[in-house]
Amino acid sequence: MLATMTTETQSSAAPRATPLQAMRVAASAGPAIVSPTRITLEKINAFYDQKQALFDVNLEIPDNSVTAFIGASGCGKSTLLRCLNRMNDIIPGARVEGAIRMDGTDINAPEIDAVQVRTRIGMVFQKPNPFPMSIYDNIAYGPRAHKIHESKAELDEIVEKSLRRAALWDEVKDRLNKSGLGLSGGQQQRLVIARTLAVSPAVILMDEPCSALDPIATAHIEALIDQLREHTCIVIVTHSMAQAARVSQRTAFFHMGKLIESGPTDQIFTMPKLEQTQDYITGRFG
Amino acid sequence: MKQLSPATRARYFRRQLVDRLMGGLCIFAAGVGLLLLALILWMLFSNGLAGLSLEVFTKPMSQPGSGGGLANAIVGSLLQVGVGAMIGAPLGMMVGVYLSEVGKESRFASVVRFVNDILLSAPSVLIGLFVYQIAVLPFGGFSGFAGSIALALIAMPIVARTTEDILRLVPQAYRDGAVALGSRENEVVRKVVLPAAFGGILTGVLLAVARIAGETAPLLFTSLGNDVWSLDMTQPMASLPMAIVRYSNTPYPEWVSLAWTGAMLITVGVLVLNILSRFSYAAVAGKQGG
Amino acid sequence: MNTPAPLAIGARRMHPADTTFRLSLHAAGAVVVIVLLSILAIMFIGGKLAFDTFGVGFIWGTEWNPVTKIYGALPAITGTLITAILALCIAWPIGFGIAYFLTETCPQKLRTPLGVAIELLAAIPSIVYGMWGFFVLAPFMSEYVQPWLTNTFLWIPPIGDSFFWFTAPPIGVGMLTAALILAVMILPFIAATTRDVLLSTPQLLKDGAYAMGATRWEALTGVVIPAVRGSLFGAVFLGLGRALGETMAVVFVIGNAIRMPDSLMAPSATIASVVANNFPEAEPGTLDLAVLLALGFILFVVSFGVLAVARLLLRQERMS
Repeated sequence: MLATMTTETQSSAAPRATPLQAMRVAASAGPAIVSPTRITLEKINAFYDQKQALFDVNLEIPDNSVTAFIGASGCGKSTLLRCLNRMNDIIPGARVEGAIRMDGTDINAPEIDAVQVRTRIGMVFQKPNPFPMSIYDNIAYGPRAHKIHESKAELDEIVEKSLRRAALWDEVKDRLNKSGLGLSGGQQQRLVIARTLAVSPAVILMDEPCSALDPIATAHIEALIDQLREHTCIVIVTHSMAQAARVSQRTAFFHMGKLIESGPTDQIFTMPKLEQTQDYITGRFG
Repeated sequence: MKQLSPATRARYFRRQLVDRLMGGLCIFAAGVGLLLLALILWMLFSNGLAGLSLEVFTKPMSQPGSGGGLANAIVGSLLQVGVGAMIGAPLGMMVGVYLSEVGKESRFASVVRFVNDILLSAPSVLIGLFVYQIAVLPFGGFSGFAGSIALALIAMPIVARTTEDILRLVPQAYRDGAVALGSRENEVVRKVVLPAAFGGILTGVLLAVARIAGETAPLLFTSLGNDVWSLDMTQPMASLPMAIVRYSNTPYPEWVSLAWTGAMLITVGVLVLNILSRFSYAAVAGKQGG
Repeated sequence: MNTPAPLAIGARRMHPADTTFRLSLHAAGAVVVIVLLSILAIMFIGGKLAFDTFGVGFIWGTEWNPVTKIYGALPAITGTLITAILALCIAWPIGFGIAYFLTETCPQKLRTPLGVAIELLAAIPSIVYGMWGFFVLAPFMSEYVQPWLTNTFLWIPPIGDSFFWFTAPPIGVGMLTAALILAVMILPFIAATTRDVLLSTPQLLKDGAYAMGATRWEALTGVVIPAVRGSLFGAVFLGLGRALGETMAVVFVIGNAIRMPDSLMAPSATIASVVANNFPEAEPGTLDLAVLLALGFILFVVSFGVLAVARLLLRQERMS
């Protein structure tokens, strides 16, 4: 696991390259993957009390790849991300209209239990938030809550597997019963990712997962994301266009609650169709 | 540097003088106040220790001259405080959880918070009168249970307030993380928030126990006191505070001495509980910091 | 522009476990409210006989005679108010001094231990103060302080022809002694709460004052106190609430004379002391008990008001 992290992968560009340089590297590395659509967003409108945050968003999110949401602060990208796992439900006064189809079901429908949605769609937050428990208990939280395992041995297996997939096993295998809060920022975020992986979600949502981390930890996480996308659908919100260019295969650009443009990452960054997109990625605003 | 005019310098010195004077007065006040309190404590411990002996813990209250102790009062206090805490603390915790996790800023929650603050500082003599009306008169007599109920009513608002305060300190990030992993509201509270706040909640419970251990007035109207050995909580029950009241204003030196000893025992218990509660809080603060 | 849809997010069905969870917690909150309302109701209903017999004039009736069964609340109310306010007047400056000392002039190393000491002192049961007052302070007052006070302040003119300030037989027990005990008892509490209020001042405010060359005292009086004035008053009211309802510290030293006081040193009574002292003899169902409950009701209403004001002042500034 560690070995693959250090080799140059398709997504890792020269550090701190401009977006244009980054996407040139991305465009040159590997064919565009044509994956089936995992999630379809139809006419999504979101409101916080009377204020509308999202206007008629239609978007398709492909499986086994990374989709990036980019845009200036307050453009609605985080709101849209939270719609995907119904996290907006817990905000009083929040309302989401429209259909979010995954595997044939509209998960935004009132009859659908949000809790079930969240076992299939996981989320990693901006600031790493491991529980004040041992590393083992952190990972085991999801499986225990949903009774995924039959025995303690199985649970141990799940914990180890999740930590390996998150590239954290070797670093913590000797201190599984120590508090998760004792790890560094980057390790904590990988712990959170492992915790999310423990329930085997089909989709992982990431809300600016690296913004609280230093560049080295960021590089580790980005390499991890690139590995995870082989088996999972990943949606990442990022304010860093360089990161979007490094890490994603598809990009969606938002502005003031509207989806302005979406498409393959290399196309968005080299030949955006709309001037607004062009203005954002060249730093004219935002 | 330009020289200050004599007028300015004079003014400056005067201001310094005022500052020093006031500072000095405050130190003096602090000294007087603390000295007085130290004197009281010294008197308490010197008189209390003088009457301390094994009999205090082994013999029940009895007539002067027959070598009695405070054993039944100690046991009675432990029982009533224990039962009172067992009733009041869980109820207080539920109120605290309600205020922090469910009610939050709703109107009903604001009302509950307000009422709780009033109850927190309500005169304990009134709590005693109240419990007399509802738990003594209708049931035909004073009892240890009535005493426990009165103590529970005093403990509950304390636990509620400290629980709410400590739960509010638990970072929202923990709750979000648990929700994102597919936990329901009650699971988030039970499995993540409450365990995270455990030390602080324990602090609140210990503080409440310390408070009710020293309360006298509520027991005056509810359990009254008992001179003999009795573990029956449906009957009047002895307690240290009531024993002190009984023994204080009497002409018998052994009884007066026992009163001081009893007061000292309560004070020691209260202080120990307070100190323990600080350790409990420090434990949870350490965990969060991690 | 889309019109808001009729179905709100909250309409999504709640899991039964969560419903039970919420219901039981709401019930706990309701219990709190019910307890308060019950206390008010029970006190009022229990004291109704007194109000029926004497009317509202019970509150300002000055005679308390268990033999003729003529009861009036004013002596107890007066005693309560005078001892509490006097106690506050004595305790507050000292408590404030302690708080100022702890937050400004005290050496850093001593601050935490002293602060902890103050909070521990605030936890001492009130009966300890009552005992100390009874065995130590009262005799001291009667032997030294009261004669000195009587002689020194003979020149103060009396109020009307009934209130003589410091002229009274030096028995030792009375309002002054009770006020002193109360003062000592609420002193740690006032010190601790005032210290908390002073500590809550934003450092920015103080820095601004010091930057303009203010001395510590000037910064305190010119900037800090005006800024936290509300909370300071709140702390005072909280202390007042404590003093009004205090029983055990007072009951041994107030003398239990239920009549309008004619001197600050006269034996007197507070509502709490009357209730505590007269309860053993009051038969259930009689006027004797009813007047005690009526007094309790009055005390509760007054405490409620004082505590509500305190809370308003404290929370208001916590919010801003």
